[in-house]
Amino acid sequence: MRTGASSNSARYDVIVIGAGIQGLSSALQLALRGRRVLVIEKDGPGRHASGVNAGGVRSLWRHPAEIPLARASLEIWRNIEKLLGTDCRYHSNGSLRIAESDHDMARLDERVAELAGLGYEHEEILGQNALRALVPDVAAHCRGGLYSRDEGSASPFHATWGFFERAQSEGVTFLIGNPVSRIERVGAVWRVHAGANRVEADVLINCAGAWGGELARMIGDDVPLEMEAPTMMVTQRVPRFLGPVCGVVSRKLSFKQTGDGTVLIGGGHRGFVDRDAEIATPDPRKLALSARTVSDVFPMMRDVPIARTWCGIEGMTPDHLPVIGPSVAAQDAFHAFGFSAHGFALGPIVGCIIADLVTKGDAELPVAPFAADRF
Amino acid sequence: MKADVMVIGAGPAGLSAATEAARHGLKVMLLDEQASPGGQIYRALARNTPPPAGAPDILGEDYWRGRPLLDAIDQAAVEYVPGATVWTAETDPLTVGYLKDERSFLRAARSLIIATGAYERPVPVPGWTLPGVMSAGAAQILMKAGGAALNGRIVLAGSGPLLQLVTCQLLKSGAEIAGLLETTTTKDYLAAARHLPRALRARDLLRKGLEMRRTIKASGIRVHKGVTNLQCHGKETVDGISFESRGKPDRIEADLVLLHEGVVPHVQMSRLLDLSHEWFEPQRYWRPVVDEWGETSAKGVFIAGDGAGIDGARAAEASGRLAALQAAAQLGALPNAERDEQAGAAFAQKAKEQRIRPLLDHLYRPPAHIVCPEDPSTIVCRCEEVCVRDIHACMETGCDGPNQLKAYSRCGMGPCQGRMCGLTVSELMAKQRGVTPDEVGYYRIRTPIKPIPLSALAAMEADEEVVAS
Repeated sequence: MRTGASSNSARYDVIVIGAGIQGLSSALQLALRGRRVLVIEKDGPGRHASGVNAGGVRSLWRHPAEIPLARASLEIWRNIEKLLGTDCRYHSNGSLRIAESDHDMARLDERVAELAGLGYEHEEILGQNALRALVPDVAAHCRGGLYSRDEGSASPFHATWGFFERAQSEGVTFLIGNPVSRIERVGAVWRVHAGANRVEADVLINCAGAWGGELARMIGDDVPLEMEAPTMMVTQRVPRFLGPVCGVVSRKLSFKQTGDGTVLIGGGHRGFVDRDAEIATPDPRKLALSARTVSDVFPMMRDVPIARTWCGIEGMTPDHLPVIGPSVAAQDAFHAFGFSAHGFALGPIVGCIIADLVTKGDAELPVAPFAADRF
Repeated sequence: MKADVMVIGAGPAGLSAATEAARHGLKVMLLDEQASPGGQIYRALARNTPPPAGAPDILGEDYWRGRPLLDAIDQAAVEYVPGATVWTAETDPLTVGYLKDERSFLRAARSLIIATGAYERPVPVPGWTLPGVMSAGAAQILMKAGGAALNGRIVLAGSGPLLQLVTCQLLKSGAEIAGLLETTTTKDYLAAARHLPRALRARDLLRKGLEMRRTIKASGIRVHKGVTNLQCHGKETVDGISFESRGKPDRIEADLVLLHEGVVPHVQMSRLLDLSHEWFEPQRYWRPVVDEWGETSAKGVFIAGDGAGIDGARAAEASGRLAALQAAAQLGALPNAERDEQAGAAFAQKAKEQRIRPLLDHLYRPPAHIVCPEDPSTIVCRCEEVCVRDIHACMETGCDGPNQLKAYSRCGMGPCQGRMCGLTVSELMAKQRGVTPDEVGYYRIRTPIKPIPLSALAAMEADEEVVAS
């Protein structure tokens, strides 16, 4: 792995731990604001959840606390090529939540009413005919859906790698293949030991994803975090039949067709995690369950071959909301982790939030619901 | 119902393993992708009969020699499942998932013997994806399956015993051979020479090899040696092949080009199970690390036959027996002393077959210009049409491992799961970085190792013993 200039003992303004999309986006935004930044990564950029997730760029059906962040992030996604200078395969084909029953439809009504109370109008209810017009191949029993038209999906690897390349060109230094073993507070300085390296900075950012809880403990913050491995599968290429990224109201499913014609199927079924080896493998029984959901909702998929399956290791908080904001126990330290399997879309805005917190001491968007001391 | 021993693959190794395991009263299940037993070497043997006296024996005596293995499996108390495509496996607990008649099954086992054999090393030369260009082994499959003669002007190119054998078989079938282009160099002959004394102790095999060479020579077909710079040409289909022979450019018109550079172990299953592998430098391939019985780094998981390294059909048969004996001993069906007594003949057989290997491995070393193509436009990944140039470009951005390359360029993401490009990608990245392929590593292999229709996955039947997570 190529790294930027590395050194055995060096001083930076900010050290970011973790080269997933949150860490890379934070590093980039800090560099754009003139900070000297070092990113420490134990494996490789986007090696875990950031590089292998479903790639949904969605505000639909999110927890109300995340909506302002998701909507602001969407603004960045729409111009992501301008920010990164590379093609992240961002497509704005909309996201859709499919209702399979009257009960599901009632939940959609509740949702729209709740959002209206908060002043949001981007989620609209589709009746059966509108659903069929949008997604002609949906099963006959489906009753309708909830649709947000101005969002979509991107290629997780290309986007994460795009942030990595852009951060490098903005002068961010990388220390890759070095796990953090110890963090010390020396006066007002953070000293981090990673592999054979000892590096120092004024500010520390924890973007360690599924390992964020362990990192938080190193600086005295106790954040409960479970390691889980959501499963994905992808089919062989099929002729284009689907625009929006689809979910189902009462079952685990995320379903979308990529630019090259393959169909990506996720939804959060858990695979097996080997914590020590840091690898995760899909559970064939869960793959079967996921296949049943797909063949119920999209019967035309039944003959399509599954080409590959995989898992990404992700950190889940008890309330499935991320931890974003200052450390509880320590000065000059911030967290952005625990995105609970839906953080990819937020990556671009989280970088801005972290950079604002570091440089201005405050963020423009409301981050109080994500405080590290809420548990 | 949980099997004591699950065997995957019904070639010589799998057939002998299943037969042997059943002999010790074990409940044996034998899964095979083909419709009839025999693997690649004895493919369709049950349906074919030797030619009458006087008629040419195109397939040769080594093919008909598989008959006793087929007879034995017929007699053995083995649950033989033909047409079963294995798509997943796990070691803990030991589980195998397969596809049969559009349904998927998840079966538990106490021991697993993987006998999935070898496949032909991809030969990524310019134009190798043109219709009319295929592997020598594929041509042999056509001969075994239909007994049909191959039509048109045929050129064979590459190296290895199978290339010689297929040339001889084509000659006997009356096919029109326009040329044999051997990539073996004088240097290879010199390097192989020091392994000759050991090979002399395998006279049978050596005699057969020399006989093939005599047959080829006597036939008068055009033979070029020390061939480099192979390129297949044609618009819709292949119409010729150009090359340099000992530095001199040349070209032969052809309707069918058969490429071959030896065979390499099938490692999809062993990679999926994350078993330990080692790089075998003389033949430039990975093989799973196994002990004398064929047991891998995972307890109770064995590799029998060419899947653990290329030793040929007779050695495969012996290694199948050895794996089954050890499995039987581990499962308490056979005392160790009896295991050792019964293993003697198989160990001897395997050792005898292995004597000629160092000679062959060095004589037929795959050439550097084939395993690591230089022409930027040569396709490496056939499924996703990724060429040498794309891989170099990807490395420019800092991607330096096969798994990153996959995510970046889709190389290796097609239906073949990287079987056709995995070795080439590791070789290319190793050369570019100035390290060994072993340091670069190989693709992480994911379930399913063969594509499985969504409906078959949805209709999965699992053994009770396969513990739910």
